Amino acid sequence: MKNKEAKTILSTQHLSIGYEDKVVAQNIELNIKKGELVAVIGVNGSGKSTLLKTIIKELTPIAGNVFLEEVAIENISAKEISEKISIVLTETHFSKNLSVKELVSLGRQPYSNWLGILTSKDKVAVQNALNLIAVQDLAHKKCSDLSDGQLQKVMLARALAQNTPLIMLDEPTTHLDLYHKAFVFKMLKKLSKTTQKAIVFATHEIDLALQLCDQIILVNNGKVIQQTPENLIKEKHLEHLFPSDLIQFDSISKSFKIKS
Amino acid sequence: MKNLTTYLWLGIFILILATLLNISLGSVSIPLDEIVKSIFHLEVSKESWQYIILEYRLPKAFTAILVGSGLALSGLLMQTLFRNPLAGPYVLGLSSGASLGVALVIMGSSLFGGIAAGLFLSKWTLVIASSIGSFLVLLAILGASFKIKDTMALLIIGLMFASLTSAVVSVLSYFSPSQQLQQYIFWSFGSLGNLSWAEVGILFLFWLSGIILSIFCIKNLNSLLLGEQYAKSLGTNLKQNRFLVIFATSLLAGSITAFAGPIAFIGLAVPHLVRQIIPSSNHLVLVPAVILGGAILMLICDSIAQIPGSELTLPINAITSIIGAPVVIWLLVRKKKLMF
Repeated sequence: MKNKEAKTILSTQHLSIGYEDKVVAQNIELNIKKGELVAVIGVNGSGKSTLLKTIIKELTPIAGNVFLEEVAIENISAKEISEKISIVLTETHFSKNLSVKELVSLGRQPYSNWLGILTSKDKVAVQNALNLIAVQDLAHKKCSDLSDGQLQKVMLARALAQNTPLIMLDEPTTHLDLYHKAFVFKMLKKLSKTTQKAIVFATHEIDLALQLCDQIILVNNGKVIQQTPENLIKEKHLEHLFPSDLIQFDSISKSFKIKS
Repeated sequence: MKNLTTYLWLGIFILILATLLNISLGSVSIPLDEIVKSIFHLEVSKESWQYIILEYRLPKAFTAILVGSGLALSGLLMQTLFRNPLAGPYVLGLSSGASLGVALVIMGSSLFGGIAAGLFLSKWTLVIASSIGSFLVLLAILGASFKIKDTMALLIIGLMFASLTSAVVSVLSYFSPSQQLQQYIFWSFGSLGNLSWAEVGILFLFWLSGIILSIFCIKNLNSLLLGEQYAKSLGTNLKQNRFLVIFATSLLAGSITAFAGPIAFIGLAVPHLVRQIIPSSNHLVLVPAVILGGAILMLICDSIAQIPGSELTLPINAITSIIGAPVVIWLLVRKKKLMF
């Protein structure tokens, strides 16, 4: 609204997502701009992952198209996508033998030569990423010695080193306590503003997302809506998100309450 | 980086020492200066000494270097590809395929009647039988690798191949006369010692192609340390990489098994030993380190198998495990963690 000129990083047109035998959602129109923090919310099994997987080209759209910086992703090679989208996953099944610096350096792979040797430019990018997340003190530690929260930060630093206009995170706050959840949200918010990257993340923390995000993508009952948090509440989209027997959305406190 | 170059030179130095040690041991004792003279074709006091060194001990030492480094590298490739610290060069069933080939030739001859019974004793028959065996398993695995999306499923298919072939070998053994059975068991002990220079040359060609292929996989192997999804997001072509890695492993482990028999343990243990010493997970560092480490460990194991001061030689396949297993157990107890 305030920034109509900002560059669009990710958009979709008439997008339908799903699998061969099952359509998950239809007619999705998204438009995510530079510097925006966007949360993807929805109940379990609503199709959040399907949507994210379609955007990173792991699934092909059933109909319509996904555009990265105005270019249809069907025309972008896997190699080029690695320079546009970086990801942070929930799973932590990577080699814990890696040192933090080695792990963050792997983010430079799309830019390094066939042997993966880092240039001085790559090394600067790695150092910047470590500094941005404030994990430079951990640089020489092994991942096996880190806590869950630290690992999450390091993986985010890796995504930053990849230097893509879009960063996608899959439930970045699972396994974290409330304080650290808020911490991660704040950090993502700050990063989206300082680096001007678009940051899209799937989350179950609807309360926090409503407070902090610029845009919300609501995935519910085969429909996908993108709105600002204010409009989402005003248009009462959240009222029917969950079955109404147990919890109810309270638009004054912007949070869900348990029915008495 | 400076630190790593020191490790490299230290490794090369130890490799040379281990080679000299290996050559100087054997059933005939030859003084060290005479050994060096023989290698450089200088005047030697006894002509038989020169013959022993040049035609027997040197090819054996070279074989040990090729076998040790090749198996260790295959082990590293498999551990990273399957992201499993228990993987080794034979997880895909290459050695079982080779065993089946050899078992069919040695023991099958007595069962199905000798069409060319005399032929079966030749060494080349065993080499060819074992190559065909591992090649068929390789084809099956590569075929599966195109169909299957999940790398773990591939690992299980490899294990299934292994049990399948060992079952067939058991059935064959059950019906075989003791003489053939013994011949098969001797093959399964492994042996570095009976290769001529020409055969070492052939093994070297396979080894070299395997190493070169692996070098092209280095960058992708690094990205695989993060897991397949991350690797993909970094632009890695997963299927192509999987094909290359399996192909390189088959070239290395397949040719080694064909010429030296199945040799246990080196492939599994060396990558872990190297990871304890070298402070890096980058395959650019690990690949040369594992090659050096494998060669050194194999030379040492072979030197021990000679039993210094005696005329006996122990089966190399047993020695690698007897020496190596306690080392890995010790490392695990000390570090408490085995990571890939």
